[in-house]
Amino acid sequence: MKKAKPRNPRIDIVETLSLTELMVFCDANADWVVTLVDHGVVTPVARHTAEWEFTPTHIARARKAARLMRDLGLNVAGVALVLDLIEERDALARKLATLGMAV
Amino acid sequence: MTDTAHYQALGVPPDASADDIKRAYRKMARKYHPDVNPGPEADAKFKAAGAAYEVLSDPEKRAAYDRYGANWDQPRPDAAQEARRPGGFAFDERDINPDMFRDFFGQRFGAGGMRQDQHARLEIPLEDAIAGARHTLTLQVPQIDNAGRMTLETRNVDLRVPKGILPGQQLRLRGQGSDGGDLFVEIAFKPHPVYRIEGRDLYVNLPVTPWEAALGGKVKMPTPSGAVDLTIPADAKQGQKLRLRGRGLPGAQKGDLYAELHIVNPPKLSPKARDLYQQLAKEHSFNPRMKLGV
Repeated sequence: MKKAKPRNPRIDIVETLSLTELMVFCDANADWVVTLVDHGVVTPVARHTAEWEFTPTHIARARKAARLMRDLGLNVAGVALVLDLIEERDALARKLATLGMAV
Repeated sequence: MTDTAHYQALGVPPDASADDIKRAYRKMARKYHPDVNPGPEADAKFKAAGAAYEVLSDPEKRAAYDRYGANWDQPRPDAAQEARRPGGFAFDERDINPDMFRDFFGQRFGAGGMRQDQHARLEIPLEDAIAGARHTLTLQVPQIDNAGRMTLETRNVDLRVPKGILPGQQLRLRGQGSDGGDLFVEIAFKPHPVYRIEGRDLYVNLPVTPWEAALGGKVKMPTPSGAVDLTIPADAKQGQKLRLRGRGLPGAQKGDLYAELHIVNPPKLSPKARDLYQQLAKEHSFNPRMKLGV
């Protein structure tokens, strides 16, 4: 094992990613992203593919979708359902927390 | 049999059939996938199940594991001999399954020198998002050496976490991935004992006594920048939210801090307090069960 020296690179908070950036981010191709959009897994800002921008919520959903499809063998419709149900569950867990009840 | 940890990780007996192992792995993967199960142990269980399945799903690796235990894949002096025997195994040729290591290191190999983003996750305390903080991230980067073997290179990256970052947001370090790709760091917040986070707003459960709620007045409440006096209105209700504007997470649009009132009775009433309650019971007619028709 080699130890490299710490570096000080430039750091940005990601506001949006373009289609191409999201492809590299998820290690996927354009068709895969388009299928996610078609199934409503992610929703881009802007109408034309060339101008698509994805906000952090959708970037996170795309990456989760990529992992779930790879690890559990889900298809896009299945992953869309799973992500929606997970969001519902998390919202309910937050509501329970406001009532002082742990899940 | 020297070691059964892989069987335990999948919850199957050592004589489980290949189908049982596959079914058990799929079930574990569904249950403990870190994107599905946010529990603290889920990630470790998912990885243990993945590592177990990697070995037990391959008849040759499984047989070697049953024979040699955890060190089944170490080269042995008699390895060459073993390999020549029917049903033996060549231990010096190790299969590297990129998918498996992708799970462990959250990154993909640079196939053909293509630009690759690299991903990491950093858990920070809430306080770091309020004040900003520096962290050193230790990354383990798989590298293929000249002999075609995989080695792990440890790389430290200094990271300034900007003030006002939210959970789930990504930090991008340009050019710090593989072959000119970027390094993305996903920010997560450690659970906080006092505050709950929603967007940029913070929530705190604030216990109050029945008389504080009834009479109103000032009570002490915590804020990330220290305790303050909060004025409770008279006739305050259970679950009532009181807002402290701009005391949430920082940012272009500052979040708010909400106190949610929780009326708490003292564990035991003093004789004096009991007398006072009895006086209240006599003089105050209020039926909280009216809506129940009783």
